Amino acid sequence: MFDSYAENTLQYFPEKCINCRRCTQVCPHRVFAEGKDRAELVHPRDCMECGACAKNCPAQAIEVQSGVGCAWAMIGAALRGKDMDTECSCGGPEGSCCGGETPEETCSCGTEKRDP
Amino acid sequence: MVQSEKSCCGNAAREPAAACCCSGTSGPIPAPAIRTTNSVITGKDRWDHFLARWGVNRMGRIVLPGLHRIGNPTNDSPVFASANYTLSFDALRSALAGIDAWILVLDTKGINVWCAAGKGTFGTDELVRRIQVTGLFKVVSHRRIILPLLGAPGVSAHEVTRRSGFSVEYGPVRARDLPAYLTTYTATTEMRTVRFPLADRLVLCPMELVHALLPMIAVAVVLYFLAGPVAGLSAVAAVLAGTVLFPALLPVIPTHDFSTKGFLLGAIVAIPFAAAFARAPGLSGISQIIAVLVPFLIIPAVVAYLALNFTGSTTFTSRTGVKKEIFRYVPAMALTASAGTILGIVLGILRLMGMA
Repeated sequence: MFDSYAENTLQYFPEKCINCRRCTQVCPHRVFAEGKDRAELVHPRDCMECGACAKNCPAQAIEVQSGVGCAWAMIGAALRGKDMDTECSCGGPEGSCCGGETPEETCSCGTEKRDP
Repeated sequence: MVQSEKSCCGNAAREPAAACCCSGTSGPIPAPAIRTTNSVITGKDRWDHFLARWGVNRMGRIVLPGLHRIGNPTNDSPVFASANYTLSFDALRSALAGIDAWILVLDTKGINVWCAAGKGTFGTDELVRRIQVTGLFKVVSHRRIILPLLGAPGVSAHEVTRRSGFSVEYGPVRARDLPAYLTTYTATTEMRTVRFPLADRLVLCPMELVHALLPMIAVAVVLYFLAGPVAGLSAVAAVLAGTVLFPALLPVIPTHDFSTKGFLLGAIVAIPFAAAFARAPGLSGISQIIAVLVPFLIIPAVVAYLALNFTGSTTFTSRTGVKKEIFRYVPAMALTASAGTILGIVLGILRLMGMA
């Protein structure tokens, strides 16, 4: 049977690791574990490509094409003729799995003025 | 309230780094507004959470961005960052019962922490800006801010430190682990791991159902009039299977991909309907075979599609995998559903012509 989740875009370059342990702290799926001299990639298949490790790695030792694994957003983008990789319907005008409509706010001031 | 003036604008004008649309307003510059909150979740809050789960007025659930105090915090008290979505903010404040702290609410456009981090609105820029706009460095003497772990996809901790002077510490995934976290300021592996237990899956079902409700009712009504009550019921069963049964049974359905899990579940749901159609009076030979085939072609496709759409609500699907699923299975879903629909129409024509 197919396993569409067997591969992902996570790449780890251990030679760049400075052993700060940030990646082990931010990964919600225990993909990285603390090692003696550097972080160890222990469960690469569990990566959901959220991008937290790469974003918080001060040594750029981790690369991942981060994105949200949401079929709703990707199918919606494909149907509207938009790029499946950059579109996220969350907060979009059509409502979505995780947000709904977002008022166009360029600045928080508008929101705060509505405080009763 | 420290000040009656509640806008961030005046304060932003004092902080040139913080771009704000109303920084041009004249007049006296007020001190940063600090709001007071508490850890009590009232009956009204619970009702509000319930409605949010059904997607009612989601954008009405916005917490004002800025600094909030809970308990009686001093300049030494911890600072927690949160999103300006009611469910996120309420989870945090209710976990902080008996703890004196500051809550820095970021403007995530009313979206929860994890989704906002994925989008980047719960992100480095907004965090740095909010620290400056609220004058946090004058409110507290330390330079430490605790973020929910699921905010990490949007925030670069070292970048925040470089730009704001505040060091970022990632706390637990769940706010309810905060009291334990605060005893040592260390999140255990358990606290850092995201899970997806039955309760977390079931709470998402209403939203899944709401998304599919209108098409479900429309199809059920049309089928009821064209093919009878059992056919109408099959539409309701397919949608309930995809939006409620599937999330509930997710880990126990065999196979790894969501689409194949959905096809499997849909095939089981189709069995009683195929049996009922086979026994319909006046069917024989080819028309009976068609009547059995139709539910097996359409129901699994519908359930599989709804199952695939649940990926965005889960805590573990990667974009690479979901994309593979879309290209691999959506054509099969479209094909079987179309074939089933065409066969259903053929069956209707055969019956109309008295040939069945």
